[in-house]
Amino acid sequence: MSAPETRTASELADALAAGELTSVALTQAHLDRIADVDGAVHAFLQVDADGALRDAAAADERRAAGSPASALDGVPIAVKDVLATRGLPTTCGSRILEGWVPPYDATVVARLRAAGLPILGKTNMDEFAMGSSTEHSAYGPTHNPWDLTRIPGGSGGGSAAAVAAYEAPLAIGTDTGGSIRQPGAVTGTVGVKPTYGGVSRYGLVALANSLDQAGPVTRTVLDAALLHEIIGGHDPLDSTSIEQPITGLVDAARRGSEGDLTGVRIGVVTELGGEGYQAGVLARFGESVELMTEAGAEVVEVSCPHFVHALATYYLILPAEASSNLARFDAMRYGLRVTPDGSPSAEDVMRVTREAGFGDEVKRRIILGTYALSSGYYDAYYGQAQKVRTLIAGDFDAAFERADVLVSPTAPTTAFKLGEKVDDPLAMYLNDLATIPANLSGVPGISVPSGLADEDGLPTGVQILAPALADERVYRVGAALEALLARQWGGRLLDQAPALEGAR
Amino acid sequence: MPEISRDEVAHLADLARIDLSDDELDHLAPQLSVILESVASITGVAGDDVPPTSHALPLTNVFRDDVVRPGLTAEEALSGAPAVEQQRFRVPRILGDEQ
Repeated sequence: MSAPETRTASELADALAAGELTSVALTQAHLDRIADVDGAVHAFLQVDADGALRDAAAADERRAAGSPASALDGVPIAVKDVLATRGLPTTCGSRILEGWVPPYDATVVARLRAAGLPILGKTNMDEFAMGSSTEHSAYGPTHNPWDLTRIPGGSGGGSAAAVAAYEAPLAIGTDTGGSIRQPGAVTGTVGVKPTYGGVSRYGLVALANSLDQAGPVTRTVLDAALLHEIIGGHDPLDSTSIEQPITGLVDAARRGSEGDLTGVRIGVVTELGGEGYQAGVLARFGESVELMTEAGAEVVEVSCPHFVHALATYYLILPAEASSNLARFDAMRYGLRVTPDGSPSAEDVMRVTREAGFGDEVKRRIILGTYALSSGYYDAYYGQAQKVRTLIAGDFDAAFERADVLVSPTAPTTAFKLGEKVDDPLAMYLNDLATIPANLSGVPGISVPSGLADEDGLPTGVQILAPALADERVYRVGAALEALLARQWGGRLLDQAPALEGAR
Repeated sequence: MPEISRDEVAHLADLARIDLSDDELDHLAPQLSVILESVASITGVAGDDVPPTSHALPLTNVFRDDVVRPGLTAEEALSGAPAVEQQRFRVPRILGDEQ
């Protein structure tokens, strides 16, 4: 495993610093890998070879001059297609934004550029991040590198698959109800949803403003911490951005990797397990809890009684916010415009454009949101959902009195077959059962690979949640679990993934 | 149990400014009924004494000094427009027949 694309971002950064490798060579190796395998995986909607190599050359010059821009200067990255990239098309997986080239960078993207990370391209996603399988992309689904007939999770299946298939050492995802963590679980990779407000949303095309959060998609916990420290921190362009520096995450990951959890109180959430969860997922979860106990953690069972209402709460709040956000796609200022025959009004043009430009799931959620916000139903649905959101936050508060972190399986099942749930919205929504409570309450969470399910040999993940602003805890405990499992496996879970066609 | 009729879906699509074909209405209406039936389970979960939460973390108003900052040029702002005329967004007539 000496090919550069199989090494971790942290190792690659060390090799670049030591002068053993150039960013141009490293970036080219990933572009070659994309050319080899992305026909089968379809993780990318757009590859920017010229831009990435240009940025890589600049990174090499900085390294040669002894003035790297950051620890990860020259390590390439893939970016989910929901973040605006100046000069590089940004579609959100939708026809309505096909070919749109943003005139500005999202803050996350600007920080990546400032830190010297060459951007390989934009990754596939469910349209406007609505989905759990990437099948709602208008540009075709992404395939799970473990089994190309299965889904890579969603909405950020492209970012997770790119990292799992060694097409990129790092990627950016966004998580509104689990879109970073659930793809991580089903592809055997690591995904982190930071505390709400910890990473700027400026330039992130909004799905649900009060829930959206961008974060790292990586193969190791340490890599996620390194990336998180680069993209995180206060941004005056996002009024919900937390006015605190992001520090201590890399240190927490390094400390955790020693595998000692003495004195850490781990809460197993009663409501996030049992019925609806695949046996193999629960078996691997139980073993992970056992390992953490052996490493010194104190395990307590905690009940969060209102979590059973989280899914319903989410599917009222999210469509309400999304239907408002997507009203901006009016065919006037950017994006698709379809003009019907005759002498249509602006409103006629808008109706026809939105019919042509939005896919089924987007239409479903816009209509659901319009319903939930309409007079006569507002109090019964949206108002009630906002109240239940308060109760769910209260459950978290009570649970974190008794435990430093909470744990559960990340997703209730392993990756299912492409096409299996695409026209059954409710079955699709159930994939986010365990990840949604964190978004409703703004708390940070990580998904760490926990093994392969016995039934199908596919990856499963463990989710670790911490109180708001205590992101370092998910890194410490996540890195510890990762290290404990790696000792058992004699390597990373991804080492067990089958080789992809075309792999050299 | 809340039911959502085909006519109601058509009305909501109208409010949301999306044309839906007959096929789409046939397809979406029953799916929306199933979803609504499921989310309606939260009715009555929270009593009147529970305050609503709109954001996960408490928000305060954010102010900044009223100073000029660099922004998009007119060309950049118009770069994604479907139609442009005289450095402006060109749009269809804005009044409908009934206005």
